Amino acid sequence: MSYVIEAENISHSFAERQVLNQISFKVEQGEVFGLLGPSGAGKTTLIKILTGQLRQDGGSARILNVDSKMLSGAEHRQIGMMMDNFGLYERLSVYDNLAFYADICHVPQSAIEGTLESVGLHQAKRTAVSKLSKGMKNRLSLARALMQEAKILFLDEPTSGLDPATTREIHTILREQKERGTTIFLTTHNMYEAESLCDHVALLSKGSIIEYGNPSEICRKYNHLNRLQITLKSGEMISLENGSASAAAVKKYLEQELLETIHSTEPTLENVFIELTGGGLD
Amino acid sequence: MYNIGAILKKQIKDTLKNKTVLIQFIMFPVLTLLMNNAIKIEGMPENFFVNLFATMYIGMAPLTSVAAIIAEEKEKNTLRVLMMSNVKPYEYLLGVGIYVWISCMVGAGVICIAGNYDLRTSGIFMAIMAVGILASLLMGAAIGTWSKNQMMATSVTVPVMMVFAFVPMLSLFNTTIEKIAKFIYSEQISRMLNQVGDLRIEISDICIMVINMLLFVGLFTFAYKKVGLDA
Repeated sequence: MSYVIEAENISHSFAERQVLNQISFKVEQGEVFGLLGPSGAGKTTLIKILTGQLRQDGGSARILNVDSKMLSGAEHRQIGMMMDNFGLYERLSVYDNLAFYADICHVPQSAIEGTLESVGLHQAKRTAVSKLSKGMKNRLSLARALMQEAKILFLDEPTSGLDPATTREIHTILREQKERGTTIFLTTHNMYEAESLCDHVALLSKGSIIEYGNPSEICRKYNHLNRLQITLKSGEMISLENGSASAAAVKKYLEQELLETIHSTEPTLENVFIELTGGGLD
Repeated sequence: MYNIGAILKKQIKDTLKNKTVLIQFIMFPVLTLLMNNAIKIEGMPENFFVNLFATMYIGMAPLTSVAAIIAEEKEKNTLRVLMMSNVKPYEYLLGVGIYVWISCMVGAGVICIAGNYDLRTSGIFMAIMAVGILASLLMGAAIGTWSKNQMMATSVTVPVMMVFAFVPMLSLFNTTIEKIAKFIYSEQISRMLNQVGDLRIEISDICIMVINMLLFVGLFTFAYKKVGLDA
């Protein structure tokens, strides 16, 4: 098994407040890993530690088999970052921003046009960043991370505050990156994003991982009711056991065309989070 | 070297659209050209406005512009992204420093033209300006590094700039200020500029300049170790 991100018992405090407590997980190459938690749970702090921007108080972090405290230029060039606060030059145009980072990251200038095309910003390439919407800035920030064709992408809240259409576009770009074999580490408090994109998620609450695994498996694990919720066309709602005993009843509703909707009682990741912490993800 | 060149290139593009920094480079050279040609009062020392504005230019332009550039990069998180993109702190500081120094030297060239000096005196004038701009630049880098954002940088820069830019002028009118001012680099620069045609530099002058510079390097090192380039 080839792991490109490894965290082992990472702990960190700011003054008296412990923000991360014994965090451990591993991310395989080509995997999309989601760190799910509410604001202030420690997600950004963990990204900073993993990428060598912050030194943890305890434990170890390894990126591409190198201690995160020892990351050199060679490793940095294989890491693409999209931070929650954009880090873009507001007075410069979209193109000039990418041209500068292309120079810094030793990426040929010819890569800029293609990258702008892939994030849908080609039309706006001469526009100053200060005139872009939040969604466009997000896409430019993502373009900067994608341009260097990094092996790992660290994305901090990539769709936070974006409209559904832009969110969908960014999800499409991330899926394309996954198909190319890029490892993606993203933080989010959007449970739909985590469920639809991630191979594995870790639920982070008050600095500790309270659940880890494949999103579907986690949801199935917490499906305590294990029932079917049926709504008939008449508006009547029926709850049935999710098993062979209910097969005849479901068949009858289908044959008589009485069925409006049918759902399992499987919880969402947000429901699981609420069950485990008593609080929501926002 | 490659990263320093990229930062220089970016800085040129950025400053052309940044009126706050651009005005620092342009204001005093333009004022010198205008005032030196427009105002001729009998008994006024030769090149009075050239020396006055050159001293103010040294005390203000490099200091405020380099502090503003570094503080803005910290505030907007662009500096963090640069550090994550394998730009070394010294590469960034050299890139910004060289850019501000060259820009200020261009302005100094305009002031020098206003002075209408001969070739030898022009060379001495530019050499004095080069040293003064360097000293001011070091102080500005210390302030920019210490500051977490532009507002903090401005609140520190203004009083410091007032001291370095205006004390040499005030020392013309007050002997107590003159006695104190002689230990400040900008006063030394002002004095040298006033004698540029017949410059005599004593050991004590060099010592004061060197001590000032070492002090600024020390302040910068302290700010860098205490706060660093990451806001």
